[in-house]
Amino acid sequence: MRRTLLAASLSALLCSSFAAQAADRVLSIGGSVTEIIYALGAGDRLIARDTTSTYPEAANDLPDVGYIRALSPEGVLSVDPDLIISEAGAGPVETLEVLTRAEIPFVEVPDGFDGAGILAKVAAVGTALELEEEAAVLAEDLSTGLDAVAAKTASLPESERKRVLFILSTRGGRIMASGTHTAADGIIRMAGGINALSDFEGYKLMTDEAVSRAAPEVILMMDRGGDHGAPDAELLALPAIVTTPAAKTKSVARMNGLYLLGFGPRTADAAMDLARALYEGL
Amino acid sequence: MVALSEPSPHSLTDQARPLDRRILARRLSVLLVGLLAIAVVINLALGASDISLWGALGKLLSGEELTTLERVVLWDIRLPRIILCVLVGAALAVSGAVMQGLFRNPLADPGLVGVGAGAGLGAIISIVLGGLLPVGLQSLFGSYVTPVAAFVGGWGSTLVLYRVSTRGGRTSVATMLLAGIALGALAGAVSGILVYMADDQQLRDLTFWSMGSLAGATWEKSMIAGPVILLAIAGSTWLAHGLNCLALGEAAAAHMGIPVQRMKNAAIFSVAAATGVAVAATGGIGFVGIVVPHVLRLATGPDHGTLLPNAALLGGALLLGADLISRTIIAPAELPIGIVTAVLGAPVFLWILLKRRGLVDQ
Repeated sequence: MRRTLLAASLSALLCSSFAAQAADRVLSIGGSVTEIIYALGAGDRLIARDTTSTYPEAANDLPDVGYIRALSPEGVLSVDPDLIISEAGAGPVETLEVLTRAEIPFVEVPDGFDGAGILAKVAAVGTALELEEEAAVLAEDLSTGLDAVAAKTASLPESERKRVLFILSTRGGRIMASGTHTAADGIIRMAGGINALSDFEGYKLMTDEAVSRAAPEVILMMDRGGDHGAPDAELLALPAIVTTPAAKTKSVARMNGLYLLGFGPRTADAAMDLARALYEGL
Repeated sequence: MVALSEPSPHSLTDQARPLDRRILARRLSVLLVGLLAIAVVINLALGASDISLWGALGKLLSGEELTTLERVVLWDIRLPRIILCVLVGAALAVSGAVMQGLFRNPLADPGLVGVGAGAGLGAIISIVLGGLLPVGLQSLFGSYVTPVAAFVGGWGSTLVLYRVSTRGGRTSVATMLLAGIALGALAGAVSGILVYMADDQQLRDLTFWSMGSLAGATWEKSMIAGPVILLAIAGSTWLAHGLNCLALGEAAAAHMGIPVQRMKNAAIFSVAAATGVAVAATGGIGFVGIVVPHVLRLATGPDHGTLLPNAALLGGALLLGADLISRTIIAPAELPIGIVTAVLGAPVFLWILLKRRGLVDQ
């Protein structure tokens, strides 16, 4: 990481001399994009962020233009960006149309819930910021970490792999859980687990029986800070969960949402943390 | 002091009051036009981005080019939004007033009794299942599919509501409110099924409905909503005399030569059209339809001839005010306007209930 920062700051110096016209009022939309921009050493070029961009700490001092999927056109224009870099899925369509009319460059970074997806994001952000070399250095750095996790989890025998259920929310006792093609599914795979629910895509409200039948050995949730989520005892006592192996062993893992599901620079660490939580002594 | 202690000639007889009120209502109309104009100018001038309206106007007058930012913010963002806002505010307030006249109860509001939910359901169906329509039909309706579906949903739920709660020409308010809850629950359930079927892109569109927002206002939307809403408002002012007579009861109205059944159908149709299109354009915005007519009745009495046009004006001005709050209070982000109208409107609604507890327990 230190190598990256050094390289980044060195080339930032170089860049400022020969690429003065590169965008320097950047609006970042999406937590992972913001993290990548800071990791590339370009945090000082950010002028605003969206609600999901809460890491690193410095990002919280930037003006917040709202939720990625409900951007207000005038709010975005009011921070006067000369470049917008966004995760996939920004909206609504009407806002994007206005931004096109205002002739503000808008770069949508592709989504991908695996190691290659992260590297592609880094490359896309690097290109948008004209920091290709820094992006290459960062990508190499990240892929070392990703490879390390992959190597660790690859050694796990198939029979020992844990079935993991990711629960997004338990509002009113009804469980909203993750199927395939989600960030949660991606991080479970990276950490060497098996998604307990693989017969649908996206997040769905589950019936109690379906959860029970999925027989998860570990329950994974976002840590919402304080005790906003259901406490473990309450969670494990839900009718859907009380019969599962996870309830018997009291296996609940909680991690910060952006850290766990962001698919940005910290994902290798997150996958490693999750793998250690799943498999003792890894 | 001597002059003051003399009784005013107007307060001597009760006959003088309706005349008094008509003059008052006309003065109020002038006042409301002024209020609306001021609200339009403020909404055009204020917003998250710090461009100067006066600077831009000066440039326009002197023939100078506007900057891209000025052109986009004023012309592509604020102006269509203001127009849509006034249209929707007027539609909601007038629909509320007409519905209250039709049901002969000041608690009837399209948002409260399930018409909005029905319209929203129509819109959701068109978003999720619109792709299943034959391609020819899709290109024929184009961006009209959602407003048309919302209208059909609103119309259907108004009809059901009316049939269920009216027996022998009398509308039971308790039944109406309960039927509204049932309709809302049904619409919510069907929406829930559709949400389950929806893909990610459609879910994003659906989220927009639940909160209500004018952030997606475009010229295209204003142009689609405009004619329908203006026609519905014009149509309902034409119903004003009929609604006044209906206040005395259906039999009395029929004796006065009002074609009661036809008038009721026309009223239901106009409410469904205005509410449906408004909901299709902006999602659920509550309480305008109940607060505006009620405030106006307190001020100038229940005559629909003045109530309906004044409701359109006040509804537009009020929603502009709410939208100004929604656009600026957490700028550069935006608060959904449905939240603003609920925060402002729900206490007023409770106050109405408190003042007139007899309304429901007739």
